[in-house]
Amino acid sequence: MASHAQPRDASDQKLCLVDGSRLVIESLARAGADTFVGYPITPANLLYAYGFRRFPAALAAPDEITALQWMSGFSACGRLPVTATSFPGFALMVESLNMAHMMELPMLIVLAQRLGPSTGSATAGAQGDLQLVQGAISGGHAYPVLCPSNLIDCWDLAQLAVETATRLRSPVVLLTSKEMLMTQRDFDLASLPAITPPARAFYAGDEPFAAYSPADNLVPEFLPVGSSRHQVRLTASTHDRRGIHAHLAPEAMANTARLHYKAVRNLAYYTRFDIDEQAGADTLVCAWDTTALAAREAVATLRESGRAVSLLVPKTLLPVPPVYVETVSRYPRVVVAEENLNGQLRQVLFGAAGRSGVTGVNAIGRMVSPAEIAAAVESR
Amino acid sequence: MTGRFIANPVLPFCGGCGHGLVVRNTEKALEQLGLSPLDVVLVTDIGCHGLIDSNFTTHTVHGLHGRAVPLAAGIAASLPAGKKVIAYIGDGGAAIGLQHLMEAAHRNFDVTVIVHNNMLYGMTGGQPSSSTPCGFRTPTCPDGKEGRGADLCRWVHAAGAMRCRRVLGKGDFSEAIAEAVAGSGFSLLEVIEYCPSYGAKHNPGRSLDDIVREAGLALENLTNPPAPPCRLAPKTDTGSLLDLEPISREFTSELDRCVSIMLAGSAGEGVQSAAEMFARAAVAAGLSVTKKGTYPVTVGIGYSVAELMLSPRPIQHTAADAPDFVLVTSADGLKYCGPVISRMRSGHLLLDSSLANPATAARVTQLDFRKPSGPRAAALCASAELLRLHQLFPLAALRAEAGRSKHTAKIDVERLLADSKTS
Ligand code: SF4
Repeated sequence: MASHAQPRDASDQKLCLVDGSRLVIESLARAGADTFVGYPITPANLLYAYGFRRFPAALAAPDEITALQWMSGFSACGRLPVTATSFPGFALMVESLNMAHMMELPMLIVLAQRLGPSTGSATAGAQGDLQLVQGAISGGHAYPVLCPSNLIDCWDLAQLAVETATRLRSPVVLLTSKEMLMTQRDFDLASLPAITPPARAFYAGDEPFAAYSPADNLVPEFLPVGSSRHQVRLTASTHDRRGIHAHLAPEAMANTARLHYKAVRNLAYYTRFDIDEQAGADTLVCAWDTTALAAREAVATLRESGRAVSLLVPKTLLPVPPVYVETVSRYPRVVVAEENLNGQLRQVLFGAAGRSGVTGVNAIGRMVSPAEIAAAVESR
Repeated sequence: MTGRFIANPVLPFCGGCGHGLVVRNTEKALEQLGLSPLDVVLVTDIGCHGLIDSNFTTHTVHGLHGRAVPLAAGIAASLPAGKKVIAYIGDGGAAIGLQHLMEAAHRNFDVTVIVHNNMLYGMTGGQPSSSTPCGFRTPTCPDGKEGRGADLCRWVHAAGAMRCRRVLGKGDFSEAIAEAVAGSGFSLLEVIEYCPSYGAKHNPGRSLDDIVREAGLALENLTNPPAPPCRLAPKTDTGSLLDLEPISREFTSELDRCVSIMLAGSAGEGVQSAAEMFARAAVAAGLSVTKKGTYPVTVGIGYSVAELMLSPRPIQHTAADAPDFVLVTSADGLKYCGPVISRMRSGHLLLDSSLANPATAARVTQLDFRKPSGPRAAALCASAELLRLHQLFPLAALRAEAGRSKHTAKIDVERLLADSKTS
């Protein structure tokens, strides 16, 4: 074998083998998340183990409904809780997620996708929960869903998830997968940017506190329950600005609509994606989570062979940033690669009607390969 | 009725509803205890009783059906001891959230749960609940409920609650509420009351006294020995997860392409630790590496398989169509890898000499992996043989890693990983 690999200058590197779970948990903790609530489920096991080691406070819940309810209590009191789960656990959390959305409680759910339906195969990876997450809030309300596409994203997006949760007073889902969380890679820890947790501001006014009175960005200020200065009312039912149950009153309907629009209005703050466009390309490859790694490889191979092709890697999955819509609309051909049967990102981007020139590369029970993506780009 | 705790005297209940009495007695109890409204967090469940929030001047949190108890638990665990957390639930909420009650009692969250037990679901039209006593009539069971009603006090007491008390929702029972709220840790107060709209109408002439007596529900006050309440107690000494032993690039490799390796053996025979040593050694030799582990959910038995990829360039995609090298150290590993081996069109299969040779188009070499240093070193031994045969990176890199590893304390690493084998 010819010699190619040369030792790099190692003086400022800290090379280690790490998995995504380690970077996610460390980043969350450094960004200010302070309480980990665990209910064990594969493939979120490493997140649980690291969470209990790293977080200032950690509690083992007896089930996922309890986990989200405890977290809601912690969050109501000004803490920033995190849990990690997979589809079966997330399914149990959905009603409580709706409650946290309605009460506007910052929290993080790391959702480690695995192969379903149902219990499926706990140790097999998948990207099958995007539409579940999209439709989780009754009424189709938007809320932030972020998805790392490589190890550095695990670091960056975990931090962003904490910041977004507090800034928007909202639950945030970090949608990821077994491959991202459990596969170890060589990684230079010295390359990670420092994280400074933002100081969290609470309502400091003298007027009575109205828990749902929005600022210009549609997000209300926050004051922990138990405050010795003002009464705090939180409610899961339709309510007015003060948190009083209000049925269909105009103020209450405006509040319910605001819950959706605050995620949309502030989308630019938490929009992250990679775009790599090549002049003359008529085809855009689009892939998320670990399939983005296969897509990067496919795009590099295609370009080496002289085929012009562009790449979009969405990291903010939901709500859909307008820039994705604008980008896909510029390409006559779009290849969406993902590890599921029905093309979930494809449906999120193009709907059930689809669009001519759009094709999916899909697989279940195995990863989508770079060769499959390249073949889809080449096929006419 | 207006006071420091109730701002709006118009309660949202039907006339004569027992819930109103619970509210009045709660206010009286809080006054008796000398609390101020901002010392109190009232967490309410779904049900008619849960419509009360806007009347109270305390902090109020209105949650989901059956989930007020864990929500209140999360609040109580976060607040200092001087704050009092009260959860209002109904008998329906107690049924759907029974596990939460048991867990909260067992862990001793500092919460007072007041169960408005009117023996039916009032808000939805009078269906029977788990707590509806045998024979009690509701609109949907006009002939009376069959089967026993739940004894919540006994159940929650058995789970470890500090105090469980049952009272009749008549007159002044503020002392019972005050006792529950004043204490530390988990208290349950079950108030047996009537829903005039659906309960009284269908059970004419039956008093609350008659009902509890016939149901065998004693008005008892059960306690457990005092225990500290559950609160979040933050640690300050959580070390960084990034304090890992760094790998220094002391070696070089002549590998010029990406290769994938499957290392397969049995649980408990050091497959994953050998793969990790191998991966770290490859990094030390300047290679990019990925490693995944696969094993059954019962980790102590059956196969244990590690998949590795090595490349002189950064690796993106982490799955190969077929492995270039398969190393099998045991029958468990061979069974797991069988389908992969049979599909191999090229590559090299290194097989422990004790195993039967499988059908494959790959080159096959049988070697002793288990004999030189025993089964627990078989995976490390196989890794060394791979490097001797294919020089993916220097064996010295693996030797250095193995020498540092806590997993090789009982292995003669120098001999097992010598550059050339002396047998
Ligand atoms: S329906 Fe029954 S429980 Fe509900 S408020 Fe009326 S009397 Fe009370």
